[in-house]
Amino acid sequence: MDTITLVFFALALLIITSALFVVTSKNIFHSAIFLIMALFGAAGMFVMLEAPFLAAAQVLIYVGAIAILMIFAVMLTARIADESIIHTNEQVPAGLAIALGLLAVILYGLWNTPLTIHGGTPPSGGGHKLGELFLTTFVLPFEVVSVLLLAALVGALIIARRDPGATPRPNDQSAEQTGA
Amino acid sequence: MLELDKLIGFVGAQIAALVTALGLGPDWVTLVQLVVAALTLIGFASVMVLGLVYAERKVSAHIQMRVGPMRVGWHGILQTLADAVKLLQKEDITPSNVDRAIYFWAPIVTFVAAFAVYAVIPFGRGLVVTDLNIGILYILAITTFGVIGLLMAGWSSNNKYSLLGGFRSAAQVVSYEVPMALAVIGVVMLTQTLSMVQIVGQQEKFYQWYVWRQPIGFLIYFVAATAEVNRTPFDLPEADSELVAGFVTEYSGMKFAMFFLAEFLNMFTVAAIGTTLFFGGWNGPVLPSWMWFLIKTLAGVFVLMWMRWTYPRLRVDQLMGFAWKFLLPLAILNILITGLFVVLF
Repeated sequence: MDTITLVFFALALLIITSALFVVTSKNIFHSAIFLIMALFGAAGMFVMLEAPFLAAAQVLIYVGAIAILMIFAVMLTARIADESIIHTNEQVPAGLAIALGLLAVILYGLWNTPLTIHGGTPPSGGGHKLGELFLTTFVLPFEVVSVLLLAALVGALIIARRDPGATPRPNDQSAEQTGA
Repeated sequence: MLELDKLIGFVGAQIAALVTALGLGPDWVTLVQLVVAALTLIGFASVMVLGLVYAERKVSAHIQMRVGPMRVGWHGILQTLADAVKLLQKEDITPSNVDRAIYFWAPIVTFVAAFAVYAVIPFGRGLVVTDLNIGILYILAITTFGVIGLLMAGWSSNNKYSLLGGFRSAAQVVSYEVPMALAVIGVVMLTQTLSMVQIVGQQEKFYQWYVWRQPIGFLIYFVAATAEVNRTPFDLPEADSELVAGFVTEYSGMKFAMFFLAEFLNMFTVAAIGTTLFFGGWNGPVLPSWMWFLIKTLAGVFVLMWMRWTYPRLRVDQLMGFAWKFLLPLAILNILITGLFVVLF
């Protein structure tokens, strides 16, 4: 077994085990930490595929922003971190059916995709080409995504804003904590 | 002159010969070479942190008209070594109500995040572990990873001071990362590359330093970097009078030492990145390149220390308002101006 295969299986093991722990862990903070490990493994995969730019973007966006946001939410939500989550419910048959259906769709897609391997070296420099494509060929999707993100940002502000007329809630300490 | 790259090349070749003689392939050669490089860097970093702690104590002392440590060695030069030995001997206490696994891993995550950055910093001509073509982006990504260590420490300690300190730290680092990244983008727009080595290569002459072409960018970087490493006037996470010791409150012994090490490593890191991006990195006349790099970086570290013992601390709301309402618009304006400059000239 050559080194690349070894690294691939190590990363795959890391991703799958931490993904399993994300859904089975009873503590939501632990789940968040395992999610970060899974995302890190995915970044490792990108490095292995010689796409370091994507790997850095993955860490920067998913670990640096989204995962931290989730941890913040967990820590700020009163006592949610102390609760044990129950993983079983009565919807097992329905859930199983949906999961198996999704698996079938994915397998069907994989089976019918010609996975040809192209020779040659991957483009170097990462960012250059990507930026150019964003602002030429794919300028419309890029702008649409920008507007969507802006709308989400404004929406978050409106939800978080306190009504100017309303009296402050008696037990409101969120301002002190989030302002930190 | 004393150029270290020849020595490194020699050692690297010796390792390659040795590993090949043992009958192992080229992958193993790379692996052993990288492990040796990492161990060398850890050694360098530890010695440097000892020196920085001593420097901090001496600088603070002289700014406050004291003399600082004087007893251990000449002018107390061995004081931090003695302190480090003492710290290693201390009992490693794990309080009974902490979340053990996360409490254990938090200092390790923090230290690894602080140390991983050193892989791409060019310490001198040819003195870089790996010249990634996304170097500066890698640094920004790894720095965000450090925040998770802080949050883990703050949450797992099960202590209100730790939790608040962790929160403050994380919020501050996350907020100031945005203007910092945007300030770096200003430089990247001019260099057209993300590689640290190539950025240094473009600043050979004194007048080519990017600080002259990106003065606003440099100021934003400097302020944001000071906040990133939690130095005064942005040291709210360790406001002792309010939070005891912030997220490290419950830590002792070796684990505390890891946080301490990471803190000083981070201080050196931001100064080193500033040197690389804005002050020509290791470029300089007469002296060997690594010496120029150290001179410039340590000058940056001295300014950080100087500020710490001169300015008072900001309030929490001032801190956040400053990042989002002043630095961020200024950084975006800087990018706009730089973009116009690049397109027009």
